Amino acid sequence: MKKILTAAALATGLMTAAATPAAAAADQSKTELTMYYPISVGGPLTKVIDGMIEGFQSEHPDVTVKAVYAGNYDDTRVRALSALKSGEKVQLSVLFSIDAYDLVEQGLVLPFEDVVKTDEDKAWLKSFYPALMANSHVDGKTWGIPFQRSTIVMYYNKDMFRAAGLDPEKPPATWDEMVAAGKKLTKDGHYGLMVPSTGYPYWMFQCFAIQNGKELMSADGRHVSFDDPAVIDALSFWRSLATEHKIMPEGAIEWGTLRQAFVQGQTAMMWHTTGNLTAVKNEAKFDFGVAELPAHKQPGSPTGGGNFYLFKNASAKERDASLALIRYMTAPERAAQWSIATGYVGISPASYETDALKAYGREFPQALVARDQLKVAIAEFSTWETARVREALSNAVQAALTGRQSPEAALKAAQTTADKLLKPYR
Amino acid sequence: MSAHRFSWDGALDTAGAWTLALLWVSPLLFAVWAAFHPPGTALDFASGAPWTLDNFRTAWAAAPWLVYMRNSLLLVGFILIGQLTLCTLAGYAFARFSFPGRDILFILVLLQLFILPEVLIVENYAMTARLGLFDSIAGMGLPYVASAFGIFLLRQSFKSVPPELEEAARVEGCSWMGVLWRVYVPAARPVYLAYALISVSTHWNNFLWPLIVTNSDKTRPLTVGLSLFGAPESGADIAVIGAATMMTGAPVLLAFLIFQRHFIQAFLRAGIR
Amino acid sequence: MDDLSRYQRRRHALYGWMLLSPALILLSLFAFIPSITTLCASLMSRGTARRPSVFAGLENYADLFADPVFATVVVNNLLYAAVTVPVSVGLALVMALWANARIPARGLVRCAYFTPVMLPMVAAANLWLFFYTPGLGVIDSITGLFGIAPVNWLGQPQTALWAVMAVTVWKESGFFMIFYLAALQTIPPDLKEAAGIEGAGRLTYARRVLLPLLMPTTLFIFVNALINSVKLIDHLFILTKGGPDNASKLVLYWIWEMAFAYFDSPHAAALTILVLLLLGGVAVIQFRVLEKRIHYR
Repeated sequence: MKKILTAAALATGLMTAAATPAAAAADQSKTELTMYYPISVGGPLTKVIDGMIEGFQSEHPDVTVKAVYAGNYDDTRVRALSALKSGEKVQLSVLFSIDAYDLVEQGLVLPFEDVVKTDEDKAWLKSFYPALMANSHVDGKTWGIPFQRSTIVMYYNKDMFRAAGLDPEKPPATWDEMVAAGKKLTKDGHYGLMVPSTGYPYWMFQCFAIQNGKELMSADGRHVSFDDPAVIDALSFWRSLATEHKIMPEGAIEWGTLRQAFVQGQTAMMWHTTGNLTAVKNEAKFDFGVAELPAHKQPGSPTGGGNFYLFKNASAKERDASLALIRYMTAPERAAQWSIATGYVGISPASYETDALKAYGREFPQALVARDQLKVAIAEFSTWETARVREALSNAVQAALTGRQSPEAALKAAQTTADKLLKPYR
Repeated sequence: MSAHRFSWDGALDTAGAWTLALLWVSPLLFAVWAAFHPPGTALDFASGAPWTLDNFRTAWAAAPWLVYMRNSLLLVGFILIGQLTLCTLAGYAFARFSFPGRDILFILVLLQLFILPEVLIVENYAMTARLGLFDSIAGMGLPYVASAFGIFLLRQSFKSVPPELEEAARVEGCSWMGVLWRVYVPAARPVYLAYALISVSTHWNNFLWPLIVTNSDKTRPLTVGLSLFGAPESGADIAVIGAATMMTGAPVLLAFLIFQRHFIQAFLRAGIR
Repeated sequence: MDDLSRYQRRRHALYGWMLLSPALILLSLFAFIPSITTLCASLMSRGTARRPSVFAGLENYADLFADPVFATVVVNNLLYAAVTVPVSVGLALVMALWANARIPARGLVRCAYFTPVMLPMVAAANLWLFFYTPGLGVIDSITGLFGIAPVNWLGQPQTALWAVMAVTVWKESGFFMIFYLAALQTIPPDLKEAAGIEGAGRLTYARRVLLPLLMPTTLFIFVNALINSVKLIDHLFILTKGGPDNASKLVLYWIWEMAFAYFDSPHAAALTILVLLLLGGVAVIQFRVLEKRIHYR
């Protein structure tokens, strides 16, 4: 009996010893940075990040970086919040581009204007695509630097186009063309078009709205125009694709399985994030094309993805080191590497001038469509109290698409909610 | 009663049990299907799609699974041993000792069952950091070690032990701890087994807290590795998820298959006295 | 004599406290203290960098009751509990009976029932996502064989919550089966024989003998299932995110959203306290009922 007890005690002791962390030797001369990042498109991407970090550390031997994979955008936000509230040391993170207003309101982040010093730095700040910087501006300052950014594009099945008598090199460029093509493509249990309405319904809806000529939010994040007639028309059009033109299934279309549906030929066209590009390329057994989204009153597509943010509670030395790290990670070579590995957009014109992306673009021209579309890209939906306002919009979209409410009633209700939420900020 | 006599009851039982079992296992069967087929054909059941091991290669290369497996084992072991120890002591205290405030304390303990840990994440994160247990197995496990569930179960179990057994042990000169070890713990063996099973399966599956409280592959468990494939923006890659699920689930399922008879027999043996 | 027994009583009490202390300390650190902090947070207003937090009393609670989403979420959760709890408990009993019966491949059957418990929710929910895919998914492929039209299980408000319920029942029943299996082992087999001799069929035996004997276990599992119907929401993140249009949103998911998506800790804290009070009440009732019904020797 005694033997058993001693053995148990020993085992527990060993386990606890294995469990508690060893005391870390602090190296005072080096600057230590901790950074959280999300992975939002699947794959062994932590290794790519690790590689980039190693490259940075070899160029900057006085800085050590701990890059922590923190889940998806939501998990990373939770992580960052918890860390900051408990006083954990974290200096920078990649977070959702649309979190900017909330992070500013909570007083957690620093504008980059406060950190850039040299002329070189200032030039770097201006070196990104303007469309990608749109989400970074709050109250006239820059709070986020693009890192993994996407935009919505239209993928289409060239084989199915050919079979339906459509020109596979001429994808529909307007709403009317898209409906006409969709009608020809919807047959034999296949649909012409699928636009996902779960996951990020507000993001998809932005496409329809801007193509009908209206941005859903003001640049200062204080006003939304959900009940504008053009916006209501846009939502009615989306709904009509299923009910009237019958080129899309009714109800909400699932974000997470849409790529599978496309790749298995259940739909001829799909609107989806460019972040899916690498996966579709690997999985599609057919000839597929990527096109800019069709225009109506004007072309347009929202951007999406994650930005680098700098946290306030960092020492001056840490801020400088963080800036150096961010500059390294967003340099054209790394941007090209990341774009090829993930399908995200190259974040600066310079990145598309690198040999890697030039070669990639030559052999895989679909990768350049997202970049070309940046000319007409708009910011992702973001306002003060962004999550609640966004939720109201998403619910309205889903209510209309599932037939629970008419587009007009749904959007008017969302507008009322949003106005109530935004009043304190006006 | 002859066990081999054909009876309609027996046949119905078998048919029913097998059908339900098949239904229940169908997601896993789908995972197997998806794992061995290229991602583009995961839902294409009719096609003569080729079988491939590529998904396993991708999944294997994506994360240090063996390290994660070790971490999961350590975590689950740490929690289980902690729970068994603490809950035995506490259950014993509630069952056989009287002290002021005992009943109120027990209700307070029960309340822990409803305390939703996900919402307390920020506070618990701060507490863990303050205790210096960040990024460690102990940090992942400590919030769960004092389990109201376990305390409740063991208290109930200990209370059902006839007092004569304790008196007999006392007569032989046992102290309080001796009585606990000699009389109560053996009597509660089926409860320990059931609780161990539940604890292990709950904490094997735990994802969010380990994700938040760890920084590195050195400490992260399997569930964190699996999350790499549940990508929200581009949508799930079911083929690789299937492969990863199989890789990480197979050893557990095999262990259950091998040891389940021992479990049941242990319940049986403890029951018949 | 009095002194001696008082001394003994005190030593007795001290011993009890000592045995209890490790558990109490941990519970305080990770459950009680954070809960009290949460209670305090629920009484403060939402602080931002521009407007620091001030004492707001019961205002957060009033806001919650005035929010239409509150009613939707509560109704959803009540319906969800009302269906998943009895179904998973009932299924658990049936599974345990089958897993205990003399059928071929019994070990494999047990393993099959327990499989969902061992799969991490991340994997399981993603697999179910592909089960529910309209047209292409596993369910629709099978029903398609019988000529039934595809259903958008997760994408319409009418079926979304039920689809989520199915996943819950799938995941939980095997878990509860273990309890019943353990309890069944303690029932002497001669009881069944005796019933057979008395001319009682299987159903009568089940109703008159088995169910009453299993009552403590049933009550216990029931309360556990009830708690889990509030606590387990991991699958929502992957399956529906509470949509479409809040059709499948459950209380804890909403709390999570408020705390971490809306950056609104005070309202999240207020709702947490409400849920705690409700479930706490259930616990006290269960404790009293169980104490009365179980015959302790």
